[in-house]
Amino acid sequence: MKAVNFLLVGVGGQGTLLASDVVAEVGLRAGADVKKSEVHGMSQRGGAVTSHVRWGDQVRSPLCEKGTVDYFIAQETLEALRWVEYVSPQGTVVLSDQHIPPTSTVFGEDRYPEDGKVLEVLGQAASQVLRVEASRVAQELGNLRVANTVLLGALSAHLEVPEEIWIAVITERVPERHREINRRAFLAGRQGQWKL
Amino acid sequence: MTEAILSGNEAIARGAWEAGVEVAAAYPGTPSTEILENVSQYPEIYAEWSANEKVALDVAIGAAYAGRRAMAAMKHVGLNVASESLFYSSYTGVNAGLVIINADDPGLHSSQNEQDNRHYARFAKVPMLEPSDSQEAKEMVGAALDLSEQFDTPVIVRTTTRTSHAKSVVTLEERRVYEKRPYEKNPRKYVMIPGFARQRHPVVEERMLRLAEYAESCPYNRVEMGDTALGIVTCGPSYQYAREVFPQASFLKLGMVWPLPEKLLRDFAAKVERLIVVEELDPFFEEHIRALGIPVEGKSIFPLVGEFTPDVVRQAAYVAGLIQEPPVPRAFDKGDLPMRPPVLCAGCGHRDVFWSLRKLKVAVNSDIGCYALGVMPPIGATDTIGCMGASIGVATGMRRGGLEKDNVAVIGDSTFFHAGLPALASAVYNQTPITVVIVDNRTTGMTGHQGNPGSGLTLRGEGGQRIDIEAVVRAIGVDHVRTVHSNQRSELEQALREAIKHDAPSVVIAETPCIFVSAHLREPYVVVEEDCNGCTLCMRIGCPAILKSEKLDEKSGRPLAFIDATACTGCGLCFDVCARQAILEGALKTDTTSSVEAMA
Repeated sequence: MKAVNFLLVGVGGQGTLLASDVVAEVGLRAGADVKKSEVHGMSQRGGAVTSHVRWGDQVRSPLCEKGTVDYFIAQETLEALRWVEYVSPQGTVVLSDQHIPPTSTVFGEDRYPEDGKVLEVLGQAASQVLRVEASRVAQELGNLRVANTVLLGALSAHLEVPEEIWIAVITERVPERHREINRRAFLAGRQGQWKL
Repeated sequence: MTEAILSGNEAIARGAWEAGVEVAAAYPGTPSTEILENVSQYPEIYAEWSANEKVALDVAIGAAYAGRRAMAAMKHVGLNVASESLFYSSYTGVNAGLVIINADDPGLHSSQNEQDNRHYARFAKVPMLEPSDSQEAKEMVGAALDLSEQFDTPVIVRTTTRTSHAKSVVTLEERRVYEKRPYEKNPRKYVMIPGFARQRHPVVEERMLRLAEYAESCPYNRVEMGDTALGIVTCGPSYQYAREVFPQASFLKLGMVWPLPEKLLRDFAAKVERLIVVEELDPFFEEHIRALGIPVEGKSIFPLVGEFTPDVVRQAAYVAGLIQEPPVPRAFDKGDLPMRPPVLCAGCGHRDVFWSLRKLKVAVNSDIGCYALGVMPPIGATDTIGCMGASIGVATGMRRGGLEKDNVAVIGDSTFFHAGLPALASAVYNQTPITVVIVDNRTTGMTGHQGNPGSGLTLRGEGGQRIDIEAVVRAIGVDHVRTVHSNQRSELEQALREAIKHDAPSVVIAETPCIFVSAHLREPYVVVEEDCNGCTLCMRIGCPAILKSEKLDEKSGRPLAFIDATACTGCGLCFDVCARQAILEGALKTDTTSSVEAMA
């Protein structure tokens, strides 16, 4: 198995850790050695959340190095910009349309970056940027919280792992009553024609 | 053969189950919390949240004395609390195996300090193992218990955040069953009065010599020879980073990090031209190796402070000329990005308490928990935070030390039972007129909503005996006690004023049920755009549900306030602070299941 590095970034409460668990488990079922790293605790109280996932024949470090991430999955626009150094020049960015302004932009003078600025930098950093309307699709499906599943669908279209593995892993990880909406969210992401 | 992807903490729980552990105790603390949460899923193991780490370790020690394999788990600073028990148990030894899991937090992801707990092994004269991934984490629990029984000693397994919270593939095995060892009364071994303890000390010293001998052949101390130009001594996750940065080098990977194998170190050093140590935090190996008279480098190359990552190791190695290829340059013009620090949740009752305290202009001696976030802007009410339980003692000292203004201690329910009780008893006993605000959210919030004596929910989620905080406080001898709901803001403020004025120890219990464990009473609040003029008053409470609208006030040109209905939990603080009545109160809910809970 060719070594593949993933970095998932978001904001506490967005389901970043759950999404990265899916990516890790899919790798294992596809025959890879996998490692994953994340941080819990204080950083989850609405703070920035990152999770590294690595597939390979033998993975040593659970953390990716800067400039080596093949697939950078950003669930939140500002966080995409914050962690962009990790993306490989040959890498792909899967960017959600979600914006969650930090409180300092509300009570203080901090400015949330313009979309144009974010896309410009992401374009410089990676070979490919996919803008995924994850929250629009999720809201149309009836639950904003499946936005991360839409992103996983968009990611899956770029990896040579059978669709059934993804769907099996995702549906096993959510309660029975949420399985169908997650399956539909995944397929909407996978079949969407996303580009910059 | 079954394989699963487990975090280090999940693997430790699995390892405890496989290795026949029957009693496990802990106090929650990042990054160790999930160990006991996972242990509690195995019905064969009695597992409990103890009131603090010292109690947890005593419980595990007692179980080992009684003859069953036992485990205690805690974060790095938790072992500071439990250290007295660690030291006596080093002298008494065990009967059945005893393993102490201790999770360090380099980089302070969720802690008040960085400390390298390898020092505890040397200090307390007990062996310590350290895994580099989840498979080793699982195996080392069993290995530690075997060592514990073989050498009659507690054994520490040290992890760091990057082993506890990293996931990797683990091979699952069946549970091994051990017969209970009979307990025999033996005061000379188990009673540490000076006369007996004096006789145990040489036993401990002799044990360390035998353990050092064992370390020479310990299977977790592994030589991996490569190019002999560079030899690297390392442990834990640093081993993984170093293997990537120096793919050709020779390695001595130490899985047993105390006592150290002198002969193995000398042999390895003799085989390589240049010897370096790659270790996070303190120069623990480096100083020991240098003391053996072996030339070695470590902290002259790699940082003393902060968490290692492959990037950190590569950059340091490049600067030192150990590798020739520079790290991939990645620099982008991003402008100044707003930080995203952790914040009190929308609707958190702690915000109400700190909002009132700030209005009263008192000094706040706070404690460890979600309410530590009361220091963050825009509220910024807090003066001091040290460690679990420090708030009350520090408040007492500041009172006695002549502080120019009023001060209050703020402590959570779980922290109160952890280390607040003795401090409050001291203040009452000495009649120091301090005010203690117990912010009782009925859970241990920051670590992920574990039960505690104040909630009565046990680790298995069963109803234990809930301890009434007000009754405890009165029983300790506090005469002035007021219990208010933090949501009742004028009553809260009044109660705080009276308590602060009172000239004997006083307590205000602010009931602030955590939004994750309790029902939301009201629908989301709404900003009435015609009445809002963008004055920013409501924005200054630092609620993550209050945003700036894209619409501007016509006169001032300032953005109007906007309430994110998906985040608002209907607490009403913004409603109370708004001077223009421009916020519409949410309707009382008929269905009071917590929406946050439903999502979690």
